[in-house]
This record gives sequence, C-alpha cells and structure tokens, in this order.
Amino acid sequence: MAAAVEAAGRRHEPAAVPWTERHFRWLLVAPATFVILLVGLFPFVYTLIVSFQNITMLEEDTSFQGLANYARLFSDQRFWEAIGHTLLFLAVALPAELLLGFLLALLFLDKMPGRQVLIALLVLPVVISPIIAGATWRLLFDNRFGPINQILSWIAGEPVVILWVNNPSFVYPAILLAEIWQWTPFMFLLLWAALNEVDRSQLESAEIDGASWLQRLWWIVLPAIRPVVVIALLIRGLDLFRLFDVVWGLTRGGPGTMTETVSIYTYVLGFQQFETSYAAAMALVIIVLLSVVVMAALDRVAIGR
Amino acid sequence: MRADRGFGLALRLVAAIAATLFFLFPIYWLFMISFKTPEEIFAYPPVWWPSSLQTGNYAVLFKDGDAWTVWNSLVLASTSTVLATVLGTMAAYSIARFGTGGKHYANWVISNRMIPPIAIVFPVFLLYVKLGWVDTYHGLIVLYTAFNLPYVIWMMRGYVQDVPLELEEAALVDGCTRWQVLWKVVFPVVRGGLFATAVFTFVFAWNDFLFALILSRSQVVTFPVQVTHYFGGQSNFWAKIAAMSVLGTLPIFVVVATLQRFLVRGISLGAVKG
Repeated sequence: MAAAVEAAGRRHEPAAVPWTERHFRWLLVAPATFVILLVGLFPFVYTLIVSFQNITMLEEDTSFQGLANYARLFSDQRFWEAIGHTLLFLAVALPAELLLGFLLALLFLDKMPGRQVLIALLVLPVVISPIIAGATWRLLFDNRFGPINQILSWIAGEPVVILWVNNPSFVYPAILLAEIWQWTPFMFLLLWAALNEVDRSQLESAEIDGASWLQRLWWIVLPAIRPVVVIALLIRGLDLFRLFDVVWGLTRGGPGTMTETVSIYTYVLGFQQFETSYAAAMALVIIVLLSVVVMAALDRVAIGR
Repeated sequence: MRADRGFGLALRLVAAIAATLFFLFPIYWLFMISFKTPEEIFAYPPVWWPSSLQTGNYAVLFKDGDAWTVWNSLVLASTSTVLATVLGTMAAYSIARFGTGGKHYANWVISNRMIPPIAIVFPVFLLYVKLGWVDTYHGLIVLYTAFNLPYVIWMMRGYVQDVPLELEEAALVDGCTRWQVLWKVVFPVVRGGLFATAVFTFVFAWNDFLFALILSRSQVVTFPVQVTHYFGGQSNFWAKIAAMSVLGTLPIFVVVATLQRFLVRGISLGAVKG
C-alpha cells in the first residue's frame, strides 16, 4: 500500500515538470544534430551505396559491382599522382608558412611605432576568399601585363618573360607563392598571440643567469608556445590536404594534370566526367582516411581547452 | 625579446614595413586594376598607378546585373549565419552545462568541420538532385548552416563555460524555466562571443567557392563563382575579375577591421584566447 503511494508519487512528480523542461538538454542538441546529420549521414549512406554500383553519365547501371570502384582506385595512376601533388604542396607550404609566420611574429613582438596598424594590414590576406586570391595571383603572374615579370626584369636588367602558370618548372613555385602569401599571416597571428603570453619574468631571469638569445628561445619560448604550434599545424595541415581554390584560380590543375590535387581530381571526375560511382568511392576513401587522422589528432590535442 | 633602441628599432621598423608591403601588394594591385581603363590594364610595361580612379568597370557590373551575385552571397551568408549561431549556441549550452553526449559527441561535432569540402559536397549533391534542391537558396543555406554548426558549437562551448554558474542558479531559484535562463541570462552574457563567432561564420560562407560552384547553376550564383566565369572570356575580363573581386572583398575588410580583438580566438578555433 505504502509502496503504491510512493510509486504514484514518483510517477506524479516528473509530470508536474513540463516535458520541454525534462528533456531540455536533448531538445537543445536535437536541431543542430539533425542538420549536421542531414548533410552528413544520409548522403554518406547514399554515397556508400552508389560507390558499389556503376553509375556514369552514359548509363544508370545500379547493379552492384562489389568493390570494383575501390579496386580501380588502387590502380588509378592519376589518383596517386593527385595525392602526391597534394602532399608536395603540404610538405613545402606548411613548414614555410610556420617558419615565416614565426619570424614575422618575432619581428612584431616588441613595441614599435605603428605596430597595431601594420598587424591589422598584414592579416588582410587571410580573410580574402581563396578563389579570389588565386584569381589575383593569376593577374600578378601574367607574363606580359603582370608586375612580377616586370619586377624580375628590373632586377635582371633585361626583359624576363616567364610563363608562370603554363611552364611546368614554374607552376609549382607560382602556386606555392600564392598559397604561402595567403596563409603565412594566419600562422603569424596565432604565433604572435602565443608569444605575447610567454612569461616575461622567466625570460628576464634566464637572461640574468647568462642564457643566450638562442638558448632562451629553445628552452623557454618554444616549449611555451608548443600547444599553439600544434593546433596551427593541425588546422593548416587539414586545410592544405583539401587544397582546391587557389590552384583552381591559378591553373585549374594544369598544365595537363600537373598540379591536380585530390580535391580537384574528385571534382573533375564527379562533375566534369560524371563518373558518379567512381567519384563516390573516392570521396568515401577521403572521408574515412581523414576521419581517422582527425579523431586520432583530437585525442592528443584538446582544441580550446 | 628585449626592447632595443635607436638603430635596432629602426631596422626592425623597416623590416616590418617591408613585410607588410609585400603582403599588401597583391591586394593593392587587384584594387588598382579595378579602376584602370582597358588601355591601362593591357599596357606594356604594366602601369602601377591608373591615371584616374574611373569607376566604369564597376558600372558595367551593375548594368549587366553581375553585381547581383554579391546580393546572393549576402542572403546565403547571413541567413545561414543566423541559423547556425542560434542552433549552435543551444547545442553548445547543452554540451557545456550538462555534458550531453560526452567527449565523443563533442569530438564528432568538430571532426565534421575538418572533412574536406569536396567529400562533403559530392554526397550532398547526389541528395540534392533527388530532392530538387540544386540551384536553390534553401539548398545552399542548409549546407552552409550544417558546415558552420560544428564551428559555432565548438566556439560557443568555450564562451558558455565562462558564464558564472551562480547567475543561472539564482535565476532558477527565482522560478525561471531552463529556457528562460538560457534566453534571459546566458544569451546576454555571451553576446560578445556570439557576435564574434557569427562574424566568422559569415566570413566562411561568404568566401566559399566549392559548394556554390557545384550547387548553383543560374539562380543562386555567388560572387566567387561569378569571378571564375570571367576567365578566358571577352577582352575586358580582367577589369571584371578585379572589380567583382573588390566588390566581394571590401565588405569583409570592413568587418575584420572592426573585429580586431576577436580575430585570434576566432581563427584558432578558440585555441588561443588572444
């Protein structure tokens, strides 16, 4: 009898609180999760199915082909070359941006007249749309009407005509210059903020103890800014792996397929050659590979915490 | 690392100005081309300063209706920003206060942000074809919202954690519902962070090229896609590229100039407080 009253009471008690209150925390995450899943999970499953079929522009062949598309991926030389190009951009641009950004951050660390204005101007490239940055550099690199060959001519003392975006030996330096130009200020800004947080009193006492500039840099400054460096490298590394806009604006992957990145090749396959099933397989491989890398990285570095 | 004077300072100042000029030069060149006449654009050797700041290149864009693409960018970026910040802040509050979903949910959210856009947009394109959402405002708005949500959730989680718990408890004791606490207590306190996050969300959508390239045909073309339409076109294509680019870039410069103090926290995903 007493137990029944108690049970009724327990049942009665939550009912007094409206369900919007009881499920408050879940109602808050539900809409966001739904939207993310809508463009994440459902297309993902659909793509998984398509990747096992054989749909192209010419035929809507929905019979299952097993792993044929994935097998093709492994023997597709152009795919591996695209991965090679992407990794090449990554291997050159990432350290270059980090190093240049760090040097700039050191340069701007101490007070000087007009520092805030210079920094505000310096970071403008970061917020330009990357495709616009690519288009801008295409105008700069024009062999006849662009200023770069003109400046090189002044230095050389004779007319210099370099076909930057057509010549196989110059197209990589051209793209890398545009890429490094746009994102070095990003590295600079993060590293500059991190350097400002380094404990000054520690540096001063080390200096009194006779530590050289390099020693202070190596033993005090670098360990202090390491977390920020790791996160900056993670963000930029993932950005570089999906490199598309700047290359598209400058060369569209050309000459030939010389500068084709993974993103560009997937785009060309899916939206110009309409190899739907094959592109789906490629997109899935990229998603799975990157997810593994990202999840592993996130377990190691706690962004924002 | 040590404040120096005289010669050392002068040397650093010169180096700093030289570096800044290097990073500004391409922007300067783009802006100048947009004011040049066709003769000046195709002068050899190149002209560094146009004879007059004539605005004919811009007038053409407005006359042909190409400037309309900036309006498209504005509609898409602002609508998706409002959606993403509202939904994202709600989710962020739940995660920060109640630990909803645990660590794995939070990591799953941010990992969505790091998948290459081409891998996201290809499946989405297949879905949109089925739904008839290609080349529609709502199609791109939903995609931008979904793409920005992880960023908003991640950033706002940091700001919400800074809200004093006592404030919320006091409001609950006073008889507010949870929803009222969120609306009347939490939102006003995180307003600064919310605003900064919204601006970055806006910039991401505004600067996007790949999503718009794939999911627009003629109705919802955004300004970055419009710029690439000019390549290899008529003889005045340089003028159009430059003028269109400036039209789309200038608003962002204004926004960023007013938001200096949020810049570091915003672009580092909150990792550096700035």
